[in-house]
Amino acid sequence: MATPLIEFKDVSKRFNGKTVLERVNLQIYEGEVTTIIGLSGTGKTVLLKHIIGLHKPDEGTILFRGQPLDRIRRGDLPMSYMFQGNALFDSMTVFENIALPLQETTNLGHDEIRRRVMTRIEQMELADAVHKYPSEISGGMQKRVALARALVTDPQIVLFDEPTTGQDPVRKNAILGMIAQYQRSFGFTAILVSHEIPDVYFISNRILALYGKSIVFQGTPEEFEEFDHPFKEEVVNSLEGLQRELTGLHSRRQFKLRYQGQLRGGALGDAYAVAVFSLDGLDAVAGHLGHDAAQEALRSLGIFLGKHFGAVGGFSTRRSMNEYVTVLPSTDRAEAEGILGEYIRDFQGQEQAILDIWASAQRHSGTELCVELTLLAGLAQGRPDEDIDGVIESARRDRRVISRIRCINQGEGT
Amino acid sequence: MTPLPNPVDESRRSPLRWLADPFAATGRRAINWVNNLGASTIFLFLGFLRIFRSRQIMKVLEQLYLIGAGSVPIIVLVGLFTGMVLGLQSYHALVKFGSQGALGTLVALSLIRELGPVLTAIMITARAGSAITAEIGSQRISEQIDALGTMRIDPLRYLISPRIAASVISFPLLTAIFDVVGIIGGYISGVVLLGVNAGTYLYRVESSVDMKDVTDGFIKAMVFAVIVTTVCCYQGYFAHMRTDSYGARAIGRSTTAAVVISCVLILIADYVVTSLLI
Repeated sequence: MATPLIEFKDVSKRFNGKTVLERVNLQIYEGEVTTIIGLSGTGKTVLLKHIIGLHKPDEGTILFRGQPLDRIRRGDLPMSYMFQGNALFDSMTVFENIALPLQETTNLGHDEIRRRVMTRIEQMELADAVHKYPSEISGGMQKRVALARALVTDPQIVLFDEPTTGQDPVRKNAILGMIAQYQRSFGFTAILVSHEIPDVYFISNRILALYGKSIVFQGTPEEFEEFDHPFKEEVVNSLEGLQRELTGLHSRRQFKLRYQGQLRGGALGDAYAVAVFSLDGLDAVAGHLGHDAAQEALRSLGIFLGKHFGAVGGFSTRRSMNEYVTVLPSTDRAEAEGILGEYIRDFQGQEQAILDIWASAQRHSGTELCVELTLLAGLAQGRPDEDIDGVIESARRDRRVISRIRCINQGEGT
Repeated sequence: MTPLPNPVDESRRSPLRWLADPFAATGRRAINWVNNLGASTIFLFLGFLRIFRSRQIMKVLEQLYLIGAGSVPIIVLVGLFTGMVLGLQSYHALVKFGSQGALGTLVALSLIRELGPVLTAIMITARAGSAITAEIGSQRISEQIDALGTMRIDPLRYLISPRIAASVISFPLLTAIFDVVGIIGGYISGVVLLGVNAGTYLYRVESSVDMKDVTDGFIKAMVFAVIVTTVCCYQGYFAHMRTDSYGARAIGRSTTAAVVISCVLILIADYVVTSLLI
């Protein structure tokens, strides 16, 4: 495997005799989104601050590209850090806050700094707040200012300390979506500390679980699903209540538990159907109308899926950033086609709801650009003795366009 | 059931402990004081070195405006009334010896050598020093100083050095204003209100003050500038390290400590510098 970008080797840290981190070992790889999860007060922020150099380990070594971190000048570390409390300069305007790292650490001219800052301001939907002070804007906007400041120097590594704390469900997912989108666009390595289980799974390449002062799991979100450890009971269960906030659907784990429960109880019948739904064009929506509009579209679709298929005994989950899976027990493919047909007819009203959100976003962003969102759906039939992942994959391959939502200027739709 | 022992059973403490405790506490305070003295000296040294880095001119000018220009009205007011009181008191003392003609000498030398630098420094401590501590302390508590570090901006260069430079420039200038206004105050009370001859007053001022008095006063002002800025910046910068309080209360206590320590050190330094210069 490649050399880790950052590696902790037996790192321990104590404050006033109290051990916060004990023999922590972890690896973080370049170009990935790595999320550190754990309960509050377990040392996640302390761990993150070791990476940026705000804390030094009492024991152990931290390596950066194989070199001890303490031998590298902090100025040579291409990192940015987004603080949990934002740490904005309250006597500076939004513009001045974002411009500060460019003014102080580069030799760029005034015009170039202004251009770069305004680009970030537009990307973060902060145009209305340029000349306002942090205390004059909402908590959500402050987060975006902090994010803009962290990204304005185009860092190679960005550390996010609880970037979604205190946000509403749509905004939480919008921020996570924003991080994922920028990570893809700019290719930086993102390291997050987050409580937002399971939402962070959709954007993370790797999960690190901090439990009992040590890292007890490192791996992909899929591997984490199979992880059997008290951490899952104590931490994931306590945090997973948040999963319904955005879509009202099951988390992947709860979905799996329900599937297995129905399988054991024979409730799935001789055959069951699986439907896979995905929304294409979300990035364009986020790019042109804002991340909130994209998350509202996802939320609306999730709620509608839950209502429609829940009424006929189905249960759904969000599988990835823009994909939903629904299981219809005791339903063969032909019946499922009929149910899907009804769903498509019912969806017409939902399209209008999404268009209304877009119209509002258009008015807010002042853009008249139009974007197209495509809803695809695929069906497959499964048997109780069959692996559900294989059935889901068959349904995914079967996907076809069932609806296109295209806005015309100012919210008119087709 | 065995009763739990009292963790601090005062009655069982050795009498020797009662004797030793005050010494131990004094020792701890002394060690802490020496530690802080060393740390603040290093802090000043590092801050001073960073004055000469790039991108400092605008920040120094901004601080000159806040510390220097912003303090002019209060310095004028205090200087005027100090001069007037000095003139009033000195006149009544001198008249007993028939020496009221020496009023100009007494007022001018008292202000230029002692009162000007000391009172100016104390007034700037009260006005700008407390603001420096509160501002830097607030930035520390709200992680803004940590944020500077993560942005690869040296907090000492960005926050401390411009304040040291601005203080070293503005303290002597404000002292000069204080001296001139104080002499005018002495003229108002001595000449205008008590009838001392105007020509005598001005002649005595001009003839008794030589350049060494002025430069000694400026040297004192610069020494006080370094003391006040170091103490106030240090108290704010390390407000989060206080063991007696946290958060907003720590900022309040740091601000109080900064003003008290600065004023005490100004008076101590005044004696030391005077004894060296005299």
